[in-house]
Amino acid sequence: MLVAGIKSRPLYKGLTIEPHAKRHIFALEGEGALALIDQKAALDLTILSRSEILYVARGSKGKGHDTTLLGLGTDVFWTAPTIATLLSRLKALLATAHMGVRLYVAGTEGFIGQAMMVGLDHGMDSASIITEHRGSLARRVQCVHCKGINEEVTASPFTCSHCGLTLLVRDHYSRRLGAFQGVNIDAEDPGSAPDPEELFL
Amino acid sequence: MSGGREIPVRVTKVTPVAERIKRFRFERLDGKPLPYFSGGAHVIVSMNDFGHIRRNAYSLMSPPHDCAAYEISVLHVEGSRGGSTFMHERVKEGDEMNVSYPVNLFQPDWRARKHLLIAGGIGITPFMAMMEQFTREGANFELHYAMRTRDRSAYWKELAERYGSQRIKIYCDAEGMTMPLDRLLDSQLLGTHLYVCGPSGMIDGVLRAGMEAGWPEQNLHSERFLSSLPGKPFTVELVRSGKTVRVGHHESMLEAIEAAGVDASFLCRGGACGQCETEVVNCDGKLLHHDVYLNDEEKAAGRKVMICVSRFEGKTLHLDL
Ligand code: FES
Repeated sequence: MLVAGIKSRPLYKGLTIEPHAKRHIFALEGEGALALIDQKAALDLTILSRSEILYVARGSKGKGHDTTLLGLGTDVFWTAPTIATLLSRLKALLATAHMGVRLYVAGTEGFIGQAMMVGLDHGMDSASIITEHRGSLARRVQCVHCKGINEEVTASPFTCSHCGLTLLVRDHYSRRLGAFQGVNIDAEDPGSAPDPEELFL
Repeated sequence: MSGGREIPVRVTKVTPVAERIKRFRFERLDGKPLPYFSGGAHVIVSMNDFGHIRRNAYSLMSPPHDCAAYEISVLHVEGSRGGSTFMHERVKEGDEMNVSYPVNLFQPDWRARKHLLIAGGIGITPFMAMMEQFTREGANFELHYAMRTRDRSAYWKELAERYGSQRIKIYCDAEGMTMPLDRLLDSQLLGTHLYVCGPSGMIDGVLRAGMEAGWPEQNLHSERFLSSLPGKPFTVELVRSGKTVRVGHHESMLEAIEAAGVDASFLCRGGACGQCETEVVNCDGKLLHHDVYLNDEEKAAGRKVMICVSRFEGKTLHLDL
């Protein structure tokens, strides 16, 4: 059960390398590594020498994407243990960055949303951040009632891990939060919610 | 007329500013305040040249929060089609004229961390209002102003005094100074937006340099008003109103259509906004697209034309008007 057709749903156009950029920052999560690896042919020496990869393996641990990324030969390759560490490194990079730097983000929607927010916070225009969705369709959902953020939501309805309400996942996406909205579905008659469907695997 | 409603105003002051540049101050005839505008906005000034109406777009340069009057500056263009000559030679203090409601096609992006303004010559005018607004809002900005010679250029002295030499940089051709554009583009902190206004060639150059310096197009803004170029006279058939209109050598299609009493809409009269887009019903000949609104494909397809600046050469042209 999904409330579809809402315009705020982001579109991920796919990774393409911006040939004129003075610095390329790739923030990659899990299968998002493949989005860059697939661009290998476009990565010439100039681009590689201007590129910096921030990678967090998460669900793709053990698939060897880190070795492949390292093998690309970018100027900087750095792996983060968690998304939070990756994001704080990204913040530090952007805080001193100049115009001409391009940010590329690939991975799950929740990750893209959070990395985009860092970009927006540093004055980047959302349309200029290059994104590609890879890996699970799991969503980052904010409960509109208790405001708690639920990571890795794959089913709708689901139970809010903060307040316990049964939430319907809407397609309504907040750029400011980098999250979808979850709205209580059985407020009138608790327990009457339909069975959860795995919609975002 | 479809550029929106017009406001009757009186010319309350005409000030020579530099060689070939005059500033005009307009106040409402009814004494009421003028509508608010935002930095970067322009108005269309209607000039009654012995019954022949000319309309030109001019950027508002007065402080946007000051609704007592609108001020514009007019460069007397060499080989002018008539508008700037009319403003320079015929408009006197006390005259009554009409101006349109302000329209802003050159809106600053308020999310910017910094606004980098690049002006060439008379292209300074929209930035005068913008800088007032930036100052009031506490926004960070810097102006780089290129000119041929100092005595033929407007406001550089006042601006340097008002905002200081940190924020106002002047490059004077005659003194052999050039704007270090590449260095400027490379040294801006993330979140900077660039705005350029000036001669067409300069705008093209700055935008190209911006793209080559890796700036996203979302951060590059420009404004240009083209004037309709003179050319061979031709005839247009207006399918809906059933009129045949002769477009003279110095006239634009839009002007000729208006003179024939047919209403066509416009906002900029300079080939930039797309408001005057008109469907071509039939065309045997060549459309001379002079606008910067349609892309090359649309121009080649020949199904639409911007009647404010474009012309035609050939046998028949039927427009959906
Ligand atoms: S009126 Fe703006 S493009 Fe013609």
